[in-house]
Amino acid sequence: MPFNLIRDKGREGRRGYTLPKPDVETRKLEDVLPEKARRQEKLRLAEVDEPTVIRHYTNLSRQNWGIDTNFYPLGSCTMKHNPRANEAAAAVPGFAGLHPLQPEAQAQGALQVMHELQGFLSEISGFPAVSLQPMAGAQGELTSILMVKKYFEDAGDEGRTTVIVPETAHGTNPATATMADFKSVEVGLDEHGCVAVEELRDMVDETTAALMITNPNTLGVYERNIAEIAEVLHEVGAFLYMDGANMNANLGRMRPADAGADIMHYNLHKTFSTPHGGGGPGSGAIACSEALAPFRPDPVVETSEEGYTLVRPEKSIGRVSTFHGNFGVLLKAWNYIKMHGPELRDVADMAVLNANYVRARLRGTYRIPYDELCKHEVVVQPPEGKKALDIAKGLIDHGYHPPTVYFPLVVKEAMLVEPTESESKETLDDFIGAMLELAETSPEELEEAPTHAPTRRLDEARAARKLKARW
Amino acid sequence: MARFTPHTDDDIREMLEAVGVEALDDLFDDVAPKFEGSLDLPPVSSEYEALKDVAELAGRNVTGLPIFLGAGAYDRITPSAVSSITSRGEFLTSYTPYQPEISQGHLQAIFEFQSVISELTGLEVSNASVYDGSNAVAESALMTARLTKRDPKVAVSAGLNARYREVIETYGVEVVELPFDGTTDYSGVPDDVSGVFVQSPNYFGAVEDVGAASEAAHAVGALAVAVCDPIALAVLEAPGKLGADIAVGETQPLGMPLVFGGPYAGYMATHQKNVRQLPGRIAGETVDQDGRLAYVLTLRAREQDIRRARANSNICTNQALTALAATVYAALLGPEGLREVAGLSVSKAHYLAEKLGEAGFALRYPDAPFLWEFAVELPDAKKANEALLEAGIVGGLDLGDGAMLVAVTEKRTREELDAFVEVVADAV
Repeated sequence: MPFNLIRDKGREGRRGYTLPKPDVETRKLEDVLPEKARRQEKLRLAEVDEPTVIRHYTNLSRQNWGIDTNFYPLGSCTMKHNPRANEAAAAVPGFAGLHPLQPEAQAQGALQVMHELQGFLSEISGFPAVSLQPMAGAQGELTSILMVKKYFEDAGDEGRTTVIVPETAHGTNPATATMADFKSVEVGLDEHGCVAVEELRDMVDETTAALMITNPNTLGVYERNIAEIAEVLHEVGAFLYMDGANMNANLGRMRPADAGADIMHYNLHKTFSTPHGGGGPGSGAIACSEALAPFRPDPVVETSEEGYTLVRPEKSIGRVSTFHGNFGVLLKAWNYIKMHGPELRDVADMAVLNANYVRARLRGTYRIPYDELCKHEVVVQPPEGKKALDIAKGLIDHGYHPPTVYFPLVVKEAMLVEPTESESKETLDDFIGAMLELAETSPEELEEAPTHAPTRRLDEARAARKLKARW
Repeated sequence: MARFTPHTDDDIREMLEAVGVEALDDLFDDVAPKFEGSLDLPPVSSEYEALKDVAELAGRNVTGLPIFLGAGAYDRITPSAVSSITSRGEFLTSYTPYQPEISQGHLQAIFEFQSVISELTGLEVSNASVYDGSNAVAESALMTARLTKRDPKVAVSAGLNARYREVIETYGVEVVELPFDGTTDYSGVPDDVSGVFVQSPNYFGAVEDVGAASEAAHAVGALAVAVCDPIALAVLEAPGKLGADIAVGETQPLGMPLVFGGPYAGYMATHQKNVRQLPGRIAGETVDQDGRLAYVLTLRAREQDIRRARANSNICTNQALTALAATVYAALLGPEGLREVAGLSVSKAHYLAEKLGEAGFALRYPDAPFLWEFAVELPDAKKANEALLEAGIVGGLDLGDGAMLVAVTEKRTREELDAFVEVVADAV
């Protein structure tokens, strides 16, 4: 318990790995490098043996909760079970040992995986074109908005300065707009928590580049006016971008292209379970219309007489990753989709069933600001006088990872619960039982939680005030 | 029912009843337009069948041969202990450590990663990693603009990996080119740039003068960004000590398999005074209510989920799992092990360069000091690579202008090096 650093566990001269012995004459660095280029001081890194390394990081892992250890209903993050077949696929030496710059003829298997995945993501979204390059959801957003920007530049339409985001948007949406050099403005909500269409109608004009919509939105509510919203945008020549963070609810039930969207990103680590890895690596593959396809990042995979080839789209925005995106993640998503086929729809069905079940069972004790059919997640508020943060920390003592709290920002004391499809009714019943019990627990007792976790609540202000970010 | 869902028919019936609807379809009453068809995807594969397809496709890739390709990704030894740690479910299946009480494993690992990067770069603060090397480079270009309050415009040379340069340009940064002849000439840096890049070793393997680049940057009020291979930093002077304001790069050489280009992780480090403009997660030390040492994500007010449109980047996640791989690798190797990896690669690369020289193949930049990567004059590099593949060797990168970029790691044996020379000499 906490937690000496690995560097504190060593002793000068210890080694954790043995390299092959030299089989050529050893060159002295003095003979190879000028003196001022050579490192003068010894690196202050850990000097430890392999048993110590394994024990140190194994014990660290035990201070960490994952889906493997605990129910993890973290709203907006789709913490579903990660099938181990995905890991097995990515570890196959014929993929793991492939250098990204080997000629296409030497990488036909990898390129076929990418080509097939492009096809799968095209079918699931309804869009004709896909790019697998973005390496995270946020990068998929940025890639998409840069493509929209380049489209207008290419069309000589210079006045497009604004991107609209709903009040419920993930923070990445407005941050993406800024990064792509657009001004972001917010559109409000109607009584269902959905984009207020009339307000939007008044906002859009020839300066509007796009609306970034999340559907289902971050309240877990389906944007029922999405087709009309698309029309409103298209009337002024703007695009509808769909943030696909919540695609788990749509699989086989709704296709963004059919609803009038022009471009979207997927989170392969969420919807296709590749997994999250503590915050990455992920993949933010995008799908788009014919009009935007020429602007996709370099490269995409196409077929020719010589087999699969890497191609730069005609009016590409350029590269967004060094090589081919997070290929290992793509391979896992491909494998996950192969293991589901058209039955992917069952994933959406069970995810939505689980969320609605939680909503029904918490009703009456927790406040439900938008108490109508939800999709894969539901927003609840604690009973009057209780804080979301305290309930969250109390859940830890019951063995549950807390839901997302204080998001979306439009709901006070929000708790965003996303059970995912891979949890059983028994797990949900136990979780609901804990939620109901915490609703009855005194605020004083809740403020003490957690008491059974690896640490108690942290002094977060101190970390920022006296920044210490290295040994 | 779906593959990884536990629901029985009875579960579904009871749950629908609790919700107050009759059928699963009713849960989608609010969805319009509905997709009524069946997704046109290949039929369901069992795990066994899916993995059989994986193995078959893997067989269509050329792997398992000695590789002389580098140019940003290196065929290095990955100790078994690395994947044994990164495959632990507690690390693999967690999310970003927003709840620090139950995320100390990843948080401390990030803190250790940052420490390793700070030590290698000689700079005080590192972030928790970004997507890859090219994104670290592009984010640092944007960072120089914010810190200097200038328009984003950076000076680079052909010594910067062209793929990194392309990502800089994608991100809307203007690029001006400095003269290059094996190493970069920093004498004429324009005075309106926000940043000056120095990659060392550069794209062609040569060690650049980071000090000269830094001085040139500072003379025009710009910031110097060093782009460095972390293994090289085991033997090269830390860029922070040579005047660089920011150091970035690709951590793939620290224990990550090649996997056709990713997932890897980019690193970014800078001086503490610049930390508010550093994008991405940062883990910091603190204490809990009982005064016990612990770690937490800190300086969060820079980030998109707090600051939204005014965040310093839209980046959300880091590459936690691959950064963990780098951390475990650095622990296993230690300071001497990292030097040994570098030293073995240097010895073998210089052996190969000399043997090629004896066979009549000159280095393109004979005066530039190099570590383990070099460009060799080879009029028909394509033909040479075909002959190498025939002989069971994946050759270097055909530069397309009568030269081949060759990388030699600690994995290559003397036999492989001798065979390389012999095959190339016979082929051209």
